[in-house]
Amino acid sequence: MIDISNAGQVFGPAHAGGVRALDGINLAIRDREIVTLVGPSGCGKSTLLRLISGLIAPTEGTIRIDGEKVVTPRQDTGIVFQAPTLLPWATVLENVMFPSTIMGRADAAAQQRARELLKVAGIAEFANHRPRQLSGGMQQRAAICRALVHNPSILLMDEPFGALDALTREVMTIELMRIWTAAPKTIVFVTHSIPEAVILADRVVVMSPRPGRIAEIIDVNLPRPRTFALAGDPEFQRCAERIRSLIFGEQGVRFDVQH
Amino acid sequence: MSSTDLRRWFNASREFTIPLLALVVLIAVWEAAVRAFGVPEYLLPAPSRIFEDTAAMSGVVANHTLATLRTILFGFLLSIIVSLPLAVLISSSRIFADAIYPLLVLTQSVPKVAIAPILVVVLGPNELPRTIVTFLVAFFPLVISMTAGLMAVPPELIELSRACRATKLQELTRVRLPYSIPFVFSGLKAAIALSVVGAVVGEFVAAEKGLGYLITSATAFFKVPVAFGAMLILAILGIVLFQLIVVIERIFFPWAAAEEPRT
Repeated sequence: MIDISNAGQVFGPAHAGGVRALDGINLAIRDREIVTLVGPSGCGKSTLLRLISGLIAPTEGTIRIDGEKVVTPRQDTGIVFQAPTLLPWATVLENVMFPSTIMGRADAAAQQRARELLKVAGIAEFANHRPRQLSGGMQQRAAICRALVHNPSILLMDEPFGALDALTREVMTIELMRIWTAAPKTIVFVTHSIPEAVILADRVVVMSPRPGRIAEIIDVNLPRPRTFALAGDPEFQRCAERIRSLIFGEQGVRFDVQH
Repeated sequence: MSSTDLRRWFNASREFTIPLLALVVLIAVWEAAVRAFGVPEYLLPAPSRIFEDTAAMSGVVANHTLATLRTILFGFLLSIIVSLPLAVLISSSRIFADAIYPLLVLTQSVPKVAIAPILVVVLGPNELPRTIVTFLVAFFPLVISMTAGLMAVPPELIELSRACRATKLQELTRVRLPYSIPFVFSGLKAAIALSVVGAVVGEFVAAEKGLGYLITSATAFFKVPVAFGAMLILAILGIVLFQLIVVIERIFFPWAAAEEPRT
């Protein structure tokens, strides 16, 4: 259970025109729920994710995980960034083991788990390769394995598929849901793709920019397991339409050419 | 061997054969020109003469070479030992960087040939001042590239290590130091080449052995072919040591050789 109450974030000193990135965020995320954060750039969705991860501390309000206040990164969270951020000198297996190594728990059990994760992600045969020998999609799979290796109960993902091509992106989205079905976790997923946000989420948190606020929280009532075939489903379209209108305004995007 | 085999062999070894061929041609032209125009030996000795005179005292030359090699390696090792902690300090704190950088630049703006005689007076006419001069010439690019490497770590990697709850020490040993290895090697290559220069500068000023000493003493007696011989040995020494570092990098850090910043 992640409990965000009245959280706000101001970057830089307030008296010298600090930038307000987040304002009055209230959000409760249930265990094993998939929540996607969507919104235009500058809406503070990545900042909110970093607050939950403990990488930065909120300047206002509190974040609690299972009742405990988050002040630094915790062992029960794993994080995936937009870039794979793999260590170029280490093999894929060593990269996946990195969190365990840092926590001093790189034992046989951890290695066993790392190998199983690589198998689930479909890159087991590349365990002893260097990252540069892998495609972008495979590197990001390895990064997801790394985030899961210490078996965290919360997975935080900051536009993890944002740098991938459109086809790989759809495959990865489906793969992520498959991994989630096999071992459900709480997932907080930042994206700026509306279909991605809807297809993954139990709830979509739509944010508005300057300052970052929650505009609306949308429940997605689609059955699982899901595929992109659901994109034709009326419920999917209802959600996608609602998000679009929240982001772009009721008229939708207008392509007025000014003369 | 058929003609296509021959061509294939030639193509495969072109990397070596063409420079080698060019070198052979150069030496032949040199030899021929010196003989044809009767250039006096003290101005430009023929390659054959350089080889003869140097080979005639090969035992002595070998001793001088070993002495210089010692100085180069000691100075080079000292540069590594000093540069690494300096780079870690500079990259870890703004205050250290501000304090150390001007001093570093100062050591570089003083001509090493000017420091050498002073060091000899202060430290005595032994190996130490030569090693120090070598170190002073060689360490600067090493510190700079090591620091650049430690600072070049992408912020996402630092964020990752923080998310994994790494301590500052773990961040240094597990992320920053390995990340800087390609930069370190590009610094090492510059440093080894400069170490050869430094050692010779030191030997010019005060030495009773070494190739630098051999050059000054041979020219003093107009034994120009021997001085040329010593110079060529220094060049070969420089190339071999440089290649040694290239090979060490390729064997132990193959990933770094691929990542190395282009200079």
